[in-house]
Amino acid sequence: MDLIGTLGRNQVALTTVNAVVNWARLSALWPMTFGLACCAIEMMATGASRFDWDRLGLIPRATPRQSDVMIVAGTVTHKMALRVRTLYDQMPEPKYVISMGSCANNGGPYWQHGYHVVKGVDQIIPVDVYVPGCPPRPEALLYGIMALQDRIREKSLLEDPRPGRAPAPMKAGVEVSAA
Amino acid sequence: MTGAGIIERLAARLALGDGAFEADAEAADPWIRLPGERLLEAAKFLKSDPELDFDTLHCLSGVDWPKADPPAIEVVYHLFSLTRKHWIVLKVRVPRSGGRLPTLEGVWKAANWHERETWDLFGVRFEGHSDHRRILLPADWPGHPLLRDWEWPDTWHKIPVKPGRQMHERAETGQMSGVGPFD
Repeated sequence: MDLIGTLGRNQVALTTVNAVVNWARLSALWPMTFGLACCAIEMMATGASRFDWDRLGLIPRATPRQSDVMIVAGTVTHKMALRVRTLYDQMPEPKYVISMGSCANNGGPYWQHGYHVVKGVDQIIPVDVYVPGCPPRPEALLYGIMALQDRIREKSLLEDPRPGRAPAPMKAGVEVSAA
Repeated sequence: MTGAGIIERLAARLALGDGAFEADAEAADPWIRLPGERLLEAAKFLKSDPELDFDTLHCLSGVDWPKADPPAIEVVYHLFSLTRKHWIVLKVRVPRSGGRLPTLEGVWKAANWHERETWDLFGVRFEGHSDHRRILLPADWPGHPLLRDWEWPDTWHKIPVKPGRQMHERAETGQMSGVGPFD
């Protein structure tokens, strides 16, 4: 806005396609509206007026088809994992994943005895940013969102958005890389 | 009515002689252990008897006793009367595999989901149940996980279930896998 404001009539601004596209992508990260557990409460607080993620261009969408970023807020059970993977597959590229809280990062308190909890959402979908905390405060999630924006800013249109981590299409159940 | 009074009244009604049943009226929650085939009869009596009037099934849970003789799953019914303000606990033992009990759904509706949970986690069947599916775990989950000898599967739908060695090393070494405000 500042730049455009300083330009007079018939003036020209030069930039790269990368810069413009990345700027557009990181300025309108639309998260998918869904939460899995207590982290979702903090996520809602992040979206509400006190912290207000609208400031960063985040507008929650009610469908994966219109979403850019999936914030996995909470405990991913095995039962839920298939649904999470299906929702991720339904999102159009480019898409990003923020893993919010200990449970989504690595199973958290369910690491040792939680037979029903996936040991990290990165077992089923590629994650761009991990936000630690149990649950993370809204400041932490905002920091994670800004970290994701910094990452997007450095991306090039010519490079593979997820080198070596391209998810296989879902057939029967969830495909997981051998790593 | 006191725990001893409730136990006595129930035993008299079911014509259970001395020594034919176990009970503890002095416990924090007085309890009585019944044979499974008398369960439905006892439940109907406890619900319908005006002196007892157990109108609420507070909790229905399972306990695994693999070292008991014989090994058993114990299904525990916590009952409460809102009008009489008294409690009783029914305990019923069934075999560890293939255990069957009559459903108490017809006596207390609350039994519906609790019995599904007990089936889900302990593998006890409730005959006559109107909707005998798992309630918490996925429909194709292997086994009943609260049994002491239940083995974790390696994977479920190709998702690792056990904490893997690689995952463990990553956690142990504190290897940074992302970014956060405290990095």
